[in-house]
Amino acid sequence: MIMIFGIPGPLLFGQLLLGLINGAFYAMLSLGLAVIFGMLNIINFAHGSLFMMGAFAAWMLLNYVGIGYFPALILAPLLVGIFGIVLEKTIISRLYKLDHLYGLLLTFGLALVIEGLFRNGYGSSGLPYRIPDILQGAVNLGFMYMPIYRGWVVVAALVVCISTWAIIEKTSLGATLRAATENAPLVQAFGVNVPRLITLTYGGGVALAAFAGVLAAPIYSVNPNMGTNFINTVFAVVVIGGMGSIMGSILTGFGLGVVEGLTKVFYPQASATVVFVVMVIVLLVRPRGLFGKAA
Amino acid sequence: MFLTRRSALKTVAAATTLPLVGPALVRPARAQAPSIKIGVLNDLSGPYANTGGTTSVVCAKQALEDFGVATKGMNVEVISADHQNKPDLAVSITRQWFDRDGVDVLMDVPTSSVALALQSVAREKNKVYLNVGAASSALTGEQCSPNFISWCYDTYMLSKSTGGAMVKAGGDSWYFLTADYAFGKQLQDDTSKLVKAAGGKVLGSAPYPFPGTTDFSSFLVQAQSSGAKVLGLCNAGGDTVNSIKQAHEFGLNASMKIAALLMFINDVHALGLETAGGLSLTESFYWDLNEGTRAFTKRVLPKTPNNYPNMIHAGCYSATLHYLKTVADMGVAEAKKDGVATINRMKAMPVEDECFGKSKIREDGRNMVAAYLFEVKTAAESKGPWDYYKLKVTTPADEAWRPLADGHCPFIKA
Repeated sequence: MIMIFGIPGPLLFGQLLLGLINGAFYAMLSLGLAVIFGMLNIINFAHGSLFMMGAFAAWMLLNYVGIGYFPALILAPLLVGIFGIVLEKTIISRLYKLDHLYGLLLTFGLALVIEGLFRNGYGSSGLPYRIPDILQGAVNLGFMYMPIYRGWVVVAALVVCISTWAIIEKTSLGATLRAATENAPLVQAFGVNVPRLITLTYGGGVALAAFAGVLAAPIYSVNPNMGTNFINTVFAVVVIGGMGSIMGSILTGFGLGVVEGLTKVFYPQASATVVFVVMVIVLLVRPRGLFGKAA
Repeated sequence: MFLTRRSALKTVAAATTLPLVGPALVRPARAQAPSIKIGVLNDLSGPYANTGGTTSVVCAKQALEDFGVATKGMNVEVISADHQNKPDLAVSITRQWFDRDGVDVLMDVPTSSVALALQSVAREKNKVYLNVGAASSALTGEQCSPNFISWCYDTYMLSKSTGGAMVKAGGDSWYFLTADYAFGKQLQDDTSKLVKAAGGKVLGSAPYPFPGTTDFSSFLVQAQSSGAKVLGLCNAGGDTVNSIKQAHEFGLNASMKIAALLMFINDVHALGLETAGGLSLTESFYWDLNEGTRAFTKRVLPKTPNNYPNMIHAGCYSATLHYLKTVADMGVAEAKKDGVATINRMKAMPVEDECFGKSKIREDGRNMVAAYLFEVKTAAESKGPWDYYKLKVTTPADEAWRPLADGHCPFIKA
């Protein structure tokens, strides 16, 4: 057996793969955050609870309406996205002219309210959500036993991340969006409805979080606290990647998943803190983040 | 009070309990007779909110009703607060309760790190500390106190019942997945001793950060490659649920036996019988165990409709009831004056109620109830809501607990 740093090779490969899977969640969540921050300048602390709502939406669709996993993958983000749009229209849009800090406080408060409501309604132990039959089971990769569902998560996450990046960076819609963030009055003068564009962007970012929530539902129990557990790490990911950088947040998400996975092999106790250690180092050496543009 | 969930500021913490004392202050008419105040301190919003939480408060209040405090002319009040599993916050709430709000009894307190931190506060203020929710066996061992009783379970009893059954069934090599704090470490320690004493081996452990870990896959893969026969889960609540769920995903249940060393009926409910069916676990109470437990459950269920009582909830009921009997016996004024004297009287009186039957409290503060090893029913075997357990083994009270001499409780020698 090959040994790498005193760890059997197969075990290490297994951990790298698992790191990528966790990274997929970090990437999807930080992507939504980066899009919202990049376009709206709002530090969306409610992102974790919207992720949680995505998982709950999938659970509710299944248990109240009988709609299964795959339709939920489309429907849940749509429903939560609409909820996001309502939030943006009624509450968040009032803060655009103020400092970032106000947006942060507001969304933080919203997160607590949303989580509190779900905890009140569904308790804190979590609810079970089955892996769809077609994705049940596992394949033996030789070095590890790989659940099919986890493989699916990585593929789905990659597809969603890359499409989002492509829409923003490579299409004319994305170009308009980016132009609107640079100089809203000018773009508006060209006849583009900028406030609507911003609302839709927020809805899109929220839908991304909800999509990640549906993907997460069968892996973790559907639980009002599930967003809180992720959100701090995801913020670190966004900071490391560079606030507002789309590709940065995707690459950093996957990268940090791997770093965290390796830490779990060598020193498990530090696995919750390693991301923040990386964040401190990156902030010291390169304050604008790994992929951030100079201000 | 939910709004301060993430706030670490003690000032805010102190402020949050203000609304709780308000009602007491505006009712001067009832303050004439000396009143007893019971403070239920637990996790109302986090990972342990269903295994304790408001259901514990409801069960404590049920004891007031069943004892008939009103008809006996006693004036008893139950208040509650959320300690958010933070020892520093719990200490400041408890000090405020004791110093300003006139709380006489500290009740429940899950999360061993929090429970241990309050041991010295209750002792310093000479109050009654009836712990139900925390598992660490150190609470009646090296960290014991004459003001303290542990009501219905601890890490030693869990490891002996569940772990012992596993070893007996041939599980002689173990790998532990451990929540890296007082409770997880104590449970791993107690179980390791038991496994080694039975001639088994401990092949390794993964201490993971608590709270905040949701993905256990890395640890599970490590456990699998260790070649151990048993995966010992030294965690609780949502962590146990997630680790079992993910162990199934990675096919660990095919190659290893899973020992969920602390698992409650609420966790089984969260997992679903499809995943949880066949697991072995230990509780000292099950709602459908006998006439008494069923009658008790029938009374409390309307007040906590979505959450059946587990051993902690039943323990809060039983502890409150026994305390009230003691107070009635020695007089309210006497009971309020001296915590140690009240605890000693509680130890001297036999305990009896519907939930746990008869038991007695040992001098180190260990309430000696029987431990039950249950097997979780499969979906096919379960006939109704929360019909989850099959009784496998009953460990009688005199065998379930760590012998007094092995606990090294300091005040016993003195």
